[in-house]
Amino acid sequence: MVNLIWLIMLATGIIVAAFTGRIETVTTSAMKAAELGVEVAIELIGVMSLWLGLMRLAEEAGFIRLLARVFGPVIRKLFPSLKPESPALGAIIMNLSANILGLGNAATPFGLKAMQELQKENPNPEVASPAMITFLALNTSCITLIPATIIGVRLKANSLNPTEIIGTTIFATGCAMTIGIIADFIFRHRRSQ
Amino acid sequence: MNIIAEISRWAIPLLLLLIPLLAYLRKVPVYESFVAGAEDGFKTGVRILPFLIGMLVSIRVFIDSGALDLLARLLAPIFNYFGLDPNLTAIIPLAILRPLSGSGALGVATQLINQYGPDSLIGRLASTLQGSTDTTFFVLTVYFGSVGIRKYRYALKVGLLADLVGLIASIWIVHRVF
Repeated sequence: MVNLIWLIMLATGIIVAAFTGRIETVTTSAMKAAELGVEVAIELIGVMSLWLGLMRLAEEAGFIRLLARVFGPVIRKLFPSLKPESPALGAIIMNLSANILGLGNAATPFGLKAMQELQKENPNPEVASPAMITFLALNTSCITLIPATIIGVRLKANSLNPTEIIGTTIFATGCAMTIGIIADFIFRHRRSQ
Repeated sequence: MNIIAEISRWAIPLLLLLIPLLAYLRKVPVYESFVAGAEDGFKTGVRILPFLIGMLVSIRVFIDSGALDLLARLLAPIFNYFGLDPNLTAIIPLAILRPLSGSGALGVATQLINQYGPDSLIGRLASTLQGSTDTTFFVLTVYFGSVGIRKYRYALKVGLLADLVGLIASIWIVHRVF
């Protein structure tokens, strides 16, 4: 499905550009986007190294295990396939906390780390495990207490009350997350029968 | 609300202080361990690079060619069908883009907020929608790509369903509250 969506976006883009006489935008956009991809990845390497370095410290000092022991029982309800001592639990908890606190650039390194740990427990390394899908469902619809970026945009646009959308945002995310978790649960059980 | 804002502001400096300090007290060779952990950052960054580029190129061509606006116009009758405020159709490009690209969606949201005003219906809806879900496509392709997963199974369905619910909930709550 991803292959198809990728192709459709690219192909319809080119066809629309051709029919509206703007075919040269395809060339410039594609080139610029490729460059941007490298920029994003390089930036990510910086923050990722920082957070993974800190995470290693936290691991060796035993904090991650402590965190997993405290929050593990709750998180494991959502991930029944994980072992109680799974090292993925710590990374999952770190990722979700970073998301909730709105620390977007810290969330990604922890998330990728969690995926690596989940992959170690995955019996079929080319196929997504149920735990991975649950993790991504949580991750993509995770509640953020302070949507800082958009508040900044509103502030710059001279909003009378830049933070008034926090409540509505939390409500909308809460709905998305609830349905995400329920849908994941239903799909998981339907597939396993 | 201020408390939460303060937590966000202090979280990183405190983590940067407390983790190394407490690790040192627990006899961890802090600098060496940090460097050993940081090494993985480069490898992961390089591994996700092709996925980032592939996704960005396709999305950028889709947006810049005008295909996104065309799709938004085709979808407008659906909004009208549900008896929604016809002004709301301005939000459609953002709703389509939200699961695809974080930076793209932020650009459109910023433009909507500036064009209609941050305290207008569209401005509030764009703000709520922007904060309400993460970019499903990006997260899926990059996260799965980084560990070599090729079969996503039902992950995309779950993610997109959550996005759709986020959109409907945003429209409903913004109408309700403001």
